[in-house]
Amino acid sequence: MLWHYRAVYNDMTLCTGEESWVDSRTVYIGHKEPPPGTEAYIPQRFPDNRIVSSKYTFWNFIPKNLFEQFRRIANFYFLIIFLVQLIIDTPTSPTTSGLPLFFVITVTAIKQGYEDWIRHKADNAINQCPVHVIQHGKVVRKQSQKLRVGDIVQVKENETFPCDLILLSTSREDGTCFVTTASLDGESSHKTYYAVQDTKAFKTAEEVDTLHATIECEQPQPDLRKHINKPSPLGSENLLLRGATLKNTEYIHAVAIYTGMETKMALNYQSKSQKRSAVEKSMNAYLIVYLCILISKALINTVLKYAWQANPNRDEPWYNQKTETERQRHVLIRAFTDFLAFMVLFNYIIPVSMYVTVEMQKFLGSYFILWDDDMFDEELGEGPLVNTSDLNEELGQVEYVFTDKTGTLTENNMELRECCVDGHVYVPHAVCNGQILPGAAGMDMIDSSPGVDGKEREELFFRALCLCHTVQVKEEETVDGIKRGIHQGKSTSFYISSSPDEVALVEGMNRLGFTYLRLKDSHMEILNREDEMERFELLEVLNFDSVRRRMSVIVRSSSGEYYLFCKGADSSIFPRVVSGKVEQIRARVEHNAVEGLRTLCVAYKKLTHEEYEETCRLLNSAKLALQERDKKLAEVYDVIEKDFILLGATAVEDRLQDKAADTIESLHKAGMKVWVLTGDKMETAAATCYASRLFHRNTQILELTTKRTEEQSLHDVLFDLSRTVLRQHGSITRDTFSGLSGDCQDYGLIIDGATLSAVLKPTQEGTSNGGNYKEIFLEICRNCSAVLCCRMAPLQKAQIVKLIKASKEHPITLAIGDGANDVSMILEAHVGIGIMGKEGRQAARNSDYAVTKFKHLKKMLLVHGHYYYIRIAELVQYFFYKNVCFIFPQFLYQFFCGFSQQPLYDTAYLTLYNISFTSLPILLYSLMEQHINMDILKRDPTLYRDIAKNSLLRWPTFIYWTFLGIFDAVVFFFGAFFLFDNTTFTSNGQVTHRSLCPSRVSRCDCVFCNPPIWRGVVILILIGL
Amino acid sequence: MMASSYNAKDEDGHHPGSVGSGGPGAVKSKKPDNTAFKQQRLPAWQPILTAGTVLPAFFMIGLIFIPIGIGLLVTSNNIKEFEIDYTGVDMFSPCFNCSQNYSWNSSSACTCSVPFTLDQPFESNVFMYYGLSNFYQNHRRYVKSRDDSQLNGDKSSLLNPSKECEPYRTSDKKSIAPCGAIANSLFNDTLELFYIHPNGSRIAIHLMKTGIAWWTDKHVKFRNPGGNHNNLSIVFQETSKPVNWHKPVYELDPSDPENNGFINEDFIVWMRTAALPTFRKLYRIIQKKKVNMTPTLPPGNYSLEVTYNYPVRSFDGRKRMILSTISWMGGKNPFLGIAYITVGSVCFFLGVVLLIIHHKYGNRNNNADIPN
Repeated sequence: MLWHYRAVYNDMTLCTGEESWVDSRTVYIGHKEPPPGTEAYIPQRFPDNRIVSSKYTFWNFIPKNLFEQFRRIANFYFLIIFLVQLIIDTPTSPTTSGLPLFFVITVTAIKQGYEDWIRHKADNAINQCPVHVIQHGKVVRKQSQKLRVGDIVQVKENETFPCDLILLSTSREDGTCFVTTASLDGESSHKTYYAVQDTKAFKTAEEVDTLHATIECEQPQPDLRKHINKPSPLGSENLLLRGATLKNTEYIHAVAIYTGMETKMALNYQSKSQKRSAVEKSMNAYLIVYLCILISKALINTVLKYAWQANPNRDEPWYNQKTETERQRHVLIRAFTDFLAFMVLFNYIIPVSMYVTVEMQKFLGSYFILWDDDMFDEELGEGPLVNTSDLNEELGQVEYVFTDKTGTLTENNMELRECCVDGHVYVPHAVCNGQILPGAAGMDMIDSSPGVDGKEREELFFRALCLCHTVQVKEEETVDGIKRGIHQGKSTSFYISSSPDEVALVEGMNRLGFTYLRLKDSHMEILNREDEMERFELLEVLNFDSVRRRMSVIVRSSSGEYYLFCKGADSSIFPRVVSGKVEQIRARVEHNAVEGLRTLCVAYKKLTHEEYEETCRLLNSAKLALQERDKKLAEVYDVIEKDFILLGATAVEDRLQDKAADTIESLHKAGMKVWVLTGDKMETAAATCYASRLFHRNTQILELTTKRTEEQSLHDVLFDLSRTVLRQHGSITRDTFSGLSGDCQDYGLIIDGATLSAVLKPTQEGTSNGGNYKEIFLEICRNCSAVLCCRMAPLQKAQIVKLIKASKEHPITLAIGDGANDVSMILEAHVGIGIMGKEGRQAARNSDYAVTKFKHLKKMLLVHGHYYYIRIAELVQYFFYKNVCFIFPQFLYQFFCGFSQQPLYDTAYLTLYNISFTSLPILLYSLMEQHINMDILKRDPTLYRDIAKNSLLRWPTFIYWTFLGIFDAVVFFFGAFFLFDNTTFTSNGQVTHRSLCPSRVSRCDCVFCNPPIWRGVVILILIGL
Repeated sequence: MMASSYNAKDEDGHHPGSVGSGGPGAVKSKKPDNTAFKQQRLPAWQPILTAGTVLPAFFMIGLIFIPIGIGLLVTSNNIKEFEIDYTGVDMFSPCFNCSQNYSWNSSSACTCSVPFTLDQPFESNVFMYYGLSNFYQNHRRYVKSRDDSQLNGDKSSLLNPSKECEPYRTSDKKSIAPCGAIANSLFNDTLELFYIHPNGSRIAIHLMKTGIAWWTDKHVKFRNPGGNHNNLSIVFQETSKPVNWHKPVYELDPSDPENNGFINEDFIVWMRTAALPTFRKLYRIIQKKKVNMTPTLPPGNYSLEVTYNYPVRSFDGRKRMILSTISWMGGKNPFLGIAYITVGSVCFFLGVVLLIIHHKYGNRNNNADIPN
């Protein structure tokens, strides 16, 4: 047997129809080689199933870590200085730079080593967890890392798949299994996967072992949403991905096709690269400037030295002769060593302790987030988490916020809010977070009670909702082993479905008196209000798809009547309705949609037996079609689903998180652009955006979706939109001058995954307009106050973030999400925030910061981010300032000591000035400074704009601080100079000594260079010294 | 088992919602303390600069600083200082001859006498300094050219001085004691003062040559090898005198064993290198007279007798002799007083200007800026 598992891009490259045939791999199931003669057997090498996230091994830690550390410009610089001090005769001893360097390197190495050790432990836990492999007809336990491509694996219920597998057989009769991919894409619903038809029957380990087959599949690709080319018999419904969990199925047999780092999960997770904050980048820029200042200082002094020494009586007065070897040295070598000596003398202008102090400040400062009472969640009993403190100040610089929708903006708790039957509104009042409360069934009727006919309609509506779905019932086994059905205790069973809306509907129906029990022998059993069991035979399911945006079931009631129930989006139901109270329902639906509820319409039609037969025939012929099956099916569906009688509509609410709207509004006011990136469909996502006030009622929505691009070419749509937006933009700039920008039209953009990939795809044809789609798209986005991206694959979320990051303003981005599907964007964004939510901790673990609720983002950014930023900005500026203050007198002193590199300060001063005298006071300051009261920051988000774009670390501020430093240095130096020039300064008439005068200069430094606040106050104290 | 754990949770009623997170202890430890420090609510002072705070501050600074400055300036001006340059650059200066024909090896000392007049009496102790200009005692090569352990009496360093002393480390295969450029260039002019009585007689003024060095230098840093009371000539037997010296170190002051060898105070003073190329060093102290009320140095004519040994002309140097009294703030230095007065008056002036500005335009917005 030879199967092709072949994939083409579905959403990514469908438009071009491009197929990647180039690379493929052949997998021999159970490592059985094919019978000779069929094909030349080329054994392929595949990696083992080991996942490696650690950076170092025991052996390469020291060299690799040192290499990494010395890539830091400052560390490398100090290493060079240290080496120079060792080699040549320099004014200061090598310890003055060697000791701090050693300290910094050691501390960092210990920290990084510890972190890597933790990663090793986590890797080992994953790699060594046991898996069951079938070898020679027996089940053998193996470590996960020893799994090879071609191994047949047995996975039991609730186990996680150890690698990417092709499903061979399951314990279920029909060869299906249920899988939840919560840790992959965040969807907690159960999905059905199918065993390969030919191997469905191989149930036991022995049987499976007899299998002789090969699988041909393409080389690994990272796209999680790849679909199958129809003619080939293996498809995505056969492929179980690593990380997903088996549910509701006793066991399965499957064969490994991608292992280790080649699994889709591993390919999807980008390595966690180190993030660097904007402040650190400006720090590095400043360092380079100071390096230039340093070199020029050394150069100036060297040149002046030789100019001054031109007179031999100055170079070598009788009292200060050179040694013979010195005299004989070549003048160039002498000049060069002099230059290096000056470099060493002035090297303290580069603040050695800055990195240590900054890191300490960040580390200690991050505790204020941990300690924050306001961000503590009583419900979870947990506060925020800080996974890296490197990015504290970046929280104050955010310009773009990318947020996930489900679980981040919303509670991820669907709930039926109301249904509307024939214009009568029913509100189930047992609202309890989607849990079924027995005995709480009931409803409020807002309108007058319907008549007899209405009663019938109403019951039909409820039955329709109970039948028209793909929900499964999960029955929980109780402790004593008795299967308790819904009759005994409703709370022991719950519904699972790929769509949380359906669950909410069925649960809502339960509260309204109609309980869906189970699907048994293709009969759906429901319990009506009189507690009678009704059985409907399920004949056909016309599954939901995003193009039709509806689904239907055909059932036969016990009385033998055929019904077709259909539910779907209003836009896809109304055109197909022939009777019913369309106008009333439409009005209600629109009202609900504006409220941010997710609405569905329900319709039905009765079928005669003949009609049913005809429908079946059509469906079967379409299903059996070998080519264009999708298209034919769609045509058939279109024929079947029409001439409906409208029953009513439902409204489901995905409740927004507490204060989500308030938070978003604050972020908007603070000048941030909020983007919602969701895997959800457009309508629901848009509804949430309205509810969370991301879109306002007067926001003009621009759509960039597949629906539109089908009608027009992408090119036209893009240009259309950009024209609209740019026209507006022109008026905005005019308005801002007149201060009327408040009431100008703002735009919201909606884009979906497929269109996005089309926009981002580099076009092959024509360089004239291709390639600049990206630019146009960015231009549109820039002018939209809010952007909604729906139907996003996890990697696409990261792509968007990357796109914005790389745009020409290089804005600072923040991504916030709760699910595993947000991990890639969390890793990609400058700051990644995880929400410790329902969908596990994967996001929180991969994030830089984790909070419990979306609303905490407000305090995190507006208060903590603001504080962290101004603190670190002051700290950095101060560090450069104080070192100018410290070293510039040294430079001036060279003019008074014949450019002989005589240090002005003692060695102890030189070493301690940076390490303790001046770094500790500022550290305290940079931990505690609050320039504005916390409450004011929270109340007025616009203050956040003041510090936007790294405003406190711009060049003018930096130059101001540097000149301040130089000025102060001049004052210190000449103050001391005039004070001690030619005079006695002790009351016993003894003259001050060379080192005393400089020591006063340095004491001035120590005192004065402490936070500028002190200046002035300390003058009096200083005089007494 | 189940029941008991449920009971435990029920009792823990004041933590609703935390059920299942592992008992009250765990909950308690995770909840952050509500302290002012941890919640960043420590009392803070955020000064807002208003006319009401700035103006008084300016006037205060002005009012405090100007008197201090005046006090310092007056003190400084009361200090009497007299300075005379005896280098002999000028053709007509008494030491011109000595400065011209100079050589280290000349056996006969060149002497010259410089007359000067004091207009005012010098009260209390008078300090006599010698000053050098353009002499780079702070040159790095010069500063490090010494061996501190040798000066501290270390015997092995005495015979084998540090490499830093090069090229003044050995002479004639013998180690130099004290080695190095600083010691080698010891100031070796001899200065004597005579009061010329109006009746024409010359009265020698007694100059104290001890008590001019720092106590720590004299008693801690500098020590003769093998103790101070040994026969120094034997101790220094194996060593050679610095090349520029006329006599070995143990003959610096043969009369006083407490002032000889490395602990000679003139030597110690010289070894403390100056910070700037123009400097002065304490040479002698003229103690005040105990008996009567006459000043230490009455006004009148004096004569400075110089034994001219020290060459400075080659590097354009100058030699000076300074007489000075001191006060509690040290020697004469008007800088500090002037600085105080300047800062004080600038502040006062700014205060006045700001007050005028404030008075004229400040009331536009709110009158509450200035209390009262």
